[in-house]
Amino acid sequence: MPSIPASADVTAAAPVLSVRDLVVEFPTTDGVVSAVNGVGFDLAAGETLAILGESGSGKSVTAQAVMGLIERPGRVVGGSVAFEGVDLLAASSEDRRRVRGSGLAMVFQDPLSALNPVWSVGFQIAEMFRVHRGLSRREARRRAVELLERVRIPGAAQRVGEYPHQFSGGMRQRVMIAMALALDPTVLIADEPTTALDVTVQAQILELLDDLRAETGMGLLLITHDLGVVAETADRVAVMYAGRIVETGPTDAVLSAPAHPYTEGLLASVPRGQSGREERLRPIAGAPPSLARIPPGCPFHPRCPYVIERCRSERPPLALLGHEPGAVSDLGTDRPAFSARSVPRSGEPPIDRSPPDPAGVGWEPAGIGPESASADRNPAEDAQKPAGDRQGAGDRQGAGDRQAAGDRQAACWRSGEVGRGDG
Amino acid sequence: MSMSAPPPDAARLDAARLDAGAPAREAGLWSDAWRQLRRNPLFLVPAVVIALFTVMAVFPGLFTRTDPRACDLSRSLLRPRAGHWFGYDLQGCDYYAKVIHGARVSMTIGIATVAGTALVAVVLGTLAGFYGGIVDTLIARVTDVWFALPTFLGAVVVLAVLGGNGLPQLTLVLVLFGWPTMTRLMRSAVLTVRDLEYVTAARALGAGDLRLMARHVLPNALAPVIVYGAIRVGIVIAAEATLSFLGLGLQLPAISWGLMIAGAQPRLLSAPHLLLFPGLFLSVTVLAFVLLGDALRDAFDPRLR
Amino acid sequence: MRRLLQVIPVFFGATFLIFALVYAVPGDPIDALAGDRPVTPAVRAELRHRYHLDDPLFVRYGKYLQGLSHGDFGTNFRGRPVAEIMRQRFPVTIRLGLLAFLFEAVVGLAAGVVAGLRRRSLVDSLVLVSTTVVVAVPVFVLGYCAQLLLGVKLGWFPVVGIREGWRSYFLPAVVLGSLSLCYVARLARASLMEAMRADYVRTARAKGLSERRVVGVHALRNSLIPVVTFLGVDLGSLMAGAIVTEGIFNLPGIGQATFNAVHTQEYPTVVGVVTALVLIFILANLLVDVLYAVLDPRIRYR
Repeated sequence: MPSIPASADVTAAAPVLSVRDLVVEFPTTDGVVSAVNGVGFDLAAGETLAILGESGSGKSVTAQAVMGLIERPGRVVGGSVAFEGVDLLAASSEDRRRVRGSGLAMVFQDPLSALNPVWSVGFQIAEMFRVHRGLSRREARRRAVELLERVRIPGAAQRVGEYPHQFSGGMRQRVMIAMALALDPTVLIADEPTTALDVTVQAQILELLDDLRAETGMGLLLITHDLGVVAETADRVAVMYAGRIVETGPTDAVLSAPAHPYTEGLLASVPRGQSGREERLRPIAGAPPSLARIPPGCPFHPRCPYVIERCRSERPPLALLGHEPGAVSDLGTDRPAFSARSVPRSGEPPIDRSPPDPAGVGWEPAGIGPESASADRNPAEDAQKPAGDRQGAGDRQGAGDRQAAGDRQAACWRSGEVGRGDG
Repeated sequence: MSMSAPPPDAARLDAARLDAGAPAREAGLWSDAWRQLRRNPLFLVPAVVIALFTVMAVFPGLFTRTDPRACDLSRSLLRPRAGHWFGYDLQGCDYYAKVIHGARVSMTIGIATVAGTALVAVVLGTLAGFYGGIVDTLIARVTDVWFALPTFLGAVVVLAVLGGNGLPQLTLVLVLFGWPTMTRLMRSAVLTVRDLEYVTAARALGAGDLRLMARHVLPNALAPVIVYGAIRVGIVIAAEATLSFLGLGLQLPAISWGLMIAGAQPRLLSAPHLLLFPGLFLSVTVLAFVLLGDALRDAFDPRLR
Repeated sequence: MRRLLQVIPVFFGATFLIFALVYAVPGDPIDALAGDRPVTPAVRAELRHRYHLDDPLFVRYGKYLQGLSHGDFGTNFRGRPVAEIMRQRFPVTIRLGLLAFLFEAVVGLAAGVVAGLRRRSLVDSLVLVSTTVVVAVPVFVLGYCAQLLLGVKLGWFPVVGIREGWRSYFLPAVVLGSLSLCYVARLARASLMEAMRADYVRTARAKGLSERRVVGVHALRNSLIPVVTFLGVDLGSLMAGAIVTEGIFNLPGIGQATFNAVHTQEYPTVVGVVTALVLIFILANLLVDVLYAVLDPRIRYR
């Protein structure tokens, strides 16, 4: 693979945000805990990547690590966070600060506690312009009103002087979004932006985020535990479990044909009205592991219906499934190849942020042998069946239902997917 | 009047539920707190000190054979020396014996006052918090009025009214000016517990008011009062010493650290030991109770863990 | 406004309570006044009438309030207006109290903020340990130690009296303010630490604000709210607590006057002083309410 050119016309190909091998640790009374353990992903401009996981999976910690918001005693102990080609983890704290807010912005889960109760929303938005751009008070205030209008808050000019507690939950989240968008960030990280809101408001906020992403061409990193949100909004999804990404790929592909038993379990445990037939919800047995006591091997194995002996001692390597032809590209042989380009969702006109893929079709996944289970390499030896087979199975819909368990057991190891094996 | 304790540094993982999936421990507030306290030196050290002073108050004979009232004027104001580590006071009494015997007044008044205060506070606070409405308003207004009174001047006047300065009067006065804070504390604790679901559940099962209060509300609302109570013992001991020092508390020939310090005043330069030893004992006692309260607060407040 | 209405019963309740207490004191003040001299029945009757001693309690209280409404705190048994005694004595106490207040607010806040920002550092431990120890040492012990060390041994400050102007107030003010200082420092530390953990501080960081601005603009203002409450309430207790400090340092303030008045059974003086202190307490509380609303818009708009 040629190195990635920096010129503007291919920025869509070059990810604006590229995270590799991120490890975040927290000391606790039970010893050091890795809340995030070797997470990596790419985000292109104009793309929506959802990180999906239960609470405790490390998705929020990942988001905070990317923003540089991990607080003592937590520590980012490894990996890189490249933003527009610059590794933020290696940058000075002053440089990082400058990127925050202007390049990378963040929206939090609970807008009531995330907004400062003692300053007016106008002050809090205008602060962005005053601090980063040095605008005058009056000019900053004018821009704040504009932003409030842009996030569709009625009567923005009157409400700019009001305080967070005077807004409803949805309106507060709009204020948060306005504040995050103030300086036209390249990437917006939304950490469970709708979780604290009423269901009716959730859809509005998601729609707003999606519209704003389309308008500005920013990359949207959506942290969520909600499959519905993922299905609605995301181009691609990365599924996290116990501090690791266990599966990643285009949203439609992952949701229709999950490769990892955990993803499959997630899907089976929420109602999906589309299938039309009677379906029974099947919760995943057990509970997510304590991060202080992550099971050896594949962390999911105690709950996995397809567990085989090998899962108890080894972690299946992460590899990418070619879910859809032309959807997936390889970012270079020296990298874990789990970045996929966005795929236009059906029913939506293709957005021009997905240039033709020169690299070829359906990256061939690797069934990596246990001894070479480092995802940092892209092993050639492929003793198992290629991914295409698995994909075929997935395309038949409801893979988990129909496939024999024996089939599935092999799948984890055969077709890649899935956990990362760098211990 | 809260003294904040250093919050133990709980690693704050927003999303990471570290203990999820751990075997659920069957642990109530009390046993949990005790488990934590047993290992906390900030609890154990003051507890031992308090135990020591309690023994000193009950059996001063264990610490000294000398009669604090057997004085010999020829030894007036002698400095500390071998065998008489604390020296002698103006009347030539052995100062070590006097300081040891002084513990009784402080401990008695501290514990009696706080017990009395807690009784009033728990009854009034529970009534106010549990029933709300008129009872609550009434109690709240009375506490407001009491708060507005300057404590020391009020105590001075009440002592004058009572026309006596013995231990019972002092205790009464200190209860009189101590109950409002504790009552407010109790009331807010009861308020938070009252509406919890398990209380509602017990009510739905037909538990009477009294049973509800005794069985379900009180045990879970008592923690703040216990924490404050421990600190309060320290405050009360200091207050008694202050009143006695001002000449409004115990009168000579009673033996009290406050009185001893008052007696030291005119001779600060020539006999500093007269200030040092009772001052030290008094401070250590107060410190022990304050630290105990801090440790209890840490143990009871799961948020800070 | 609602607060103003709530304050009224507090004022009447507190003043009546002290009034009732004082006049329940056994012993005839006339006897105390007369000392050893015999008092003729006629004089006694005249005196009792002048001080309304024969009226029922409520009537006396009513008459007292009536006088109070035009600034008349009554006269003591030697015929001296209580207001005049207070005018003479209060400046000393107010100076002492304000200086102590300043000391406690400035030093306490500074120590608390520094400790709160550097949790578990040396400074933090130092603040925690020293505040705990100072809380445990009773004021009068502390006063003597300060007197002995800074006054007598080092000779930096005058030990007693007020002959040297503001300098004379320094030591007593430090002693008087030290206890509250510890509470202020600990309160400021705790509430700043809590604010620093708050989500909005994380937001402020995510906005790319400098650490100085994160603390100064976003965390500090929130964490000041409980501290301001405490300081306001404490302003009143400082004046009342001055009785001990004034005794140690022999300052001719209101505390000393009250103390003497209790001993000579000059109850009109006691009632007058307590009334004034209750007023100060109430005013300080109202001030806190106003400040509270300024600092916290959630209170303002409700």
